[in-house]
Amino acid sequence: MADLSCKIAGIESLNPFWLASAPPTDKKYNVVRAFQAGWAGVVWKTLGIDPPVINVSSRYGAHHDQNRRLLGINNIELISDRPLAVNLQEIRECRAEWPDHVIIGSMMAPIEERVWKDLAQQIAESGVHGIELNLGCPHGMCERGMGSAIGQVPELVEQVTRWVKEAVDIPVFTKLTPNITNILWSAEAALKGGADAVSLINTVNSIVSVDLDQMVPEPMVDGKGTHGGYCGSAVKPIALNMVAEIARTPETQALEISGIGGITTWKDAAEFMALGANAVQVCTAAMIYGFRVVDDLIDGMSQWMDDQGYASVEQFTRKAVPQVADWNELNMNFDTKAVIDPDKCIECGRCHIACEDTSHQAIAMNAKPEGGKEFVVIDEECVGCNLCYHICPVPDCITMEPVKTDKPYMSWPQHPLNPMRDAAE
Amino acid sequence: MTTQQAKPALQTGQMSAVAIDDNFNDLHPAFSTLQAMAESNRCLYCYDAPCVTACPTSIDIPSFIRKISTQNPDGAAKTILSANIMGGTCARACPTEVLCEQACVRNVAEDEAVEIGSLQRYAVDHLMARNLPHPFKRAAVTGKKIAVVGAGPAGLSCAHRAAMLGHDVTVFEAKAKPGGLNEYGLAAYKMTNDFAQREVEFLLGIGGIEIEYGKVLGRDVTLGALRDQFDAVFVGVGLGATNNLGLPGEEAGGVDDAIGFIENLRQSVDKSAMPVGKSVVVIGGGNTAIDAAVQAKRLGAEDVTLVYRRGPQNMSATEFEQELAKINGVIVRYWAKPVAIKANGRLMGMVFEKTALDASGKLVGTGETFEIKTDQVLKAIGQKIKTDDLAGMEITGGKIVVDDKYQTTAAGIFAGGDCIKSGEDLTVQSVEDGKCAAIAIDAFLKTA
Repeated sequence: MADLSCKIAGIESLNPFWLASAPPTDKKYNVVRAFQAGWAGVVWKTLGIDPPVINVSSRYGAHHDQNRRLLGINNIELISDRPLAVNLQEIRECRAEWPDHVIIGSMMAPIEERVWKDLAQQIAESGVHGIELNLGCPHGMCERGMGSAIGQVPELVEQVTRWVKEAVDIPVFTKLTPNITNILWSAEAALKGGADAVSLINTVNSIVSVDLDQMVPEPMVDGKGTHGGYCGSAVKPIALNMVAEIARTPETQALEISGIGGITTWKDAAEFMALGANAVQVCTAAMIYGFRVVDDLIDGMSQWMDDQGYASVEQFTRKAVPQVADWNELNMNFDTKAVIDPDKCIECGRCHIACEDTSHQAIAMNAKPEGGKEFVVIDEECVGCNLCYHICPVPDCITMEPVKTDKPYMSWPQHPLNPMRDAAE
Repeated sequence: MTTQQAKPALQTGQMSAVAIDDNFNDLHPAFSTLQAMAESNRCLYCYDAPCVTACPTSIDIPSFIRKISTQNPDGAAKTILSANIMGGTCARACPTEVLCEQACVRNVAEDEAVEIGSLQRYAVDHLMARNLPHPFKRAAVTGKKIAVVGAGPAGLSCAHRAAMLGHDVTVFEAKAKPGGLNEYGLAAYKMTNDFAQREVEFLLGIGGIEIEYGKVLGRDVTLGALRDQFDAVFVGVGLGATNNLGLPGEEAGGVDDAIGFIENLRQSVDKSAMPVGKSVVVIGGGNTAIDAAVQAKRLGAEDVTLVYRRGPQNMSATEFEQELAKINGVIVRYWAKPVAIKANGRLMGMVFEKTALDASGKLVGTGETFEIKTDQVLKAIGQKIKTDDLAGMEITGGKIVVDDKYQTTAAGIFAGGDCIKSGEDLTVQSVEDGKCAAIAIDAFLKTA
């Protein structure tokens, strides 16, 4: 069986699966249950200076599909609302009782050097393996000048990272907010500040739904709602891109990455790692199904690694990064066409109507002499957009087949129809 | 056989009232909201969907199911009712396994159709439970008057659509209640909680429809007079007569029409007071035969034997109905025809001759006979049109002849439902006939 152990920011971990700093890691009781279930590490819920914050009642909103499956959660909960000493004592106990498991202390503070350094030192003294700087929380704390209020300003990201690095001698993870225009600016700032790794993404700023009877955004607190932090499988694509950008950009690729954002299955985790994450953090999947989801994460990833012949996670970590390109590097001479397998087709007509109404009128719907319908791709019209392939309800019924061509690779900058074409080409 | 013998009383109380009530609960319980959500999400929202083609009333099934899945069940109901005003009954009574659900692409994908009938019931029940104003508006009143003969599915569907098109409709119904076979003929466990009457009340909410009860064609009204008094006439009289076995002793006590048995059952307030034989024999192979057999069993008959002259594949009852009979403990005997009734003051038994196909494929008796002891025989060997009062219009093969505009050979008189030849004798087909006939009558009145 494949070896799932990994190392991030110099910290050895039994497997790449940690619980992210969030309600599931708020206290010892939860953390012990998580370790028992098989999680290799937790990032403790964010600690701040006393007095602890007070949370409101009614904290989560939800984005469901029509079958009430949760695609995303939006939360307006603040950082840990328990006294710092209680949290630190429980961290000490967990460290003692679970010596092979990783505990990272997450923290945030107002933008004052002494406060950051004092808090970081207190947390380090509890025996954590590392410290994660929460510079991402997009609700509540940012109104007090913390969380994303710091994370959205690269200079401040660099500043607090440096303060904490100066204060402690354990690895520091700078956690990045996605609520910015360019993730590379904050990643670079973290690198300059001396971060050993970045964790991303924090939650996405959002309003998840509106109660149409009361005309109030949800979650609703006594007749009012506020924007919150969005997480869960819906944010995975946003996170994957940000992780990949950091991993493929020369100025930031030295950063190790703790990947976060809607990781629900082992496949999600493998994708994050293939695009640059050295390990991953999970929250929403556990909040929806309980800590037991780690069983499938571990089992699914090792099964896949065995099938692929990967002996260790390092062997596939960042393996997809070289294939992430700028649009301008894509081959304009590549051509692919949809092919519909008539034996698998159940005649739902969805590919036809999608192509007919919204794409290229490239799928004909013909009556069959013996009854029923057949759907046929009109190659001359098919641009290879993949829409039919994605909406077909039957797996492998529609495939995208590359067209054999003798044409050489040609990018847009080289293309004869590009008015900006480099004359030298 | 001119003297009517007193029928020996059949038994009641063979089963407790509680057990009988339980037996006549919904055959398919209504969907909960959770079930409707899960099932509506199984629908693939097909384009040019085969289920729509398979529905005689062409309900836009993918659209109504999508509306259920977006928590718009009343919108779903309006989509259903705009094509089929008796969508509530059809959701309960349609043999969906040979109609919409048979065509569902999920059958190909995973051998399990979306439960369209149950979803349709969920939507229509949701709307009807809210007691909102009638969902359809009448067009400007035209001043034209239409007579409808028969308040069954065809007649009421015609009346509703004609009223919607702005005409005033008077319905003449022989019985004391409206609904036709919805009220008198469908199995009780398909139409619980007086649904047929609730549906008619809902349908009449459109306005512009009067129903006159106890008006028998030929006795109280004639087609000639109606044609004189109204601008157009629609005949939806169904099949008012039943076929006989043609055996001596048939008029004696204990040999009844299955249709009459079901009607009595549907109209009985207390089903535990409904008499039923100890050993019941049902003759026939259609859905009426199954309905009679299963209900006799559920009323407490000890043995119910259904005898059909051909094989299971020849039965007009659907596979689902045949299966229903079996799981209710009905004994089914194929390839036998009734040849004699045994009576000794009261019904004692029924003699059958085994049948087979000869070399030419013709059904023949083999000469071999057997007897089934029975105290109640229910005949479900088909119904036929009562022709006496339909003078002036052509009737062929036991059905009123109509053109593609539902026009009979008598000018200004239209017909639809079981009394014309429009496919299977199904509620849903009758509703379609009535709806299309109303549209044809509207066109006729505009050119008349």
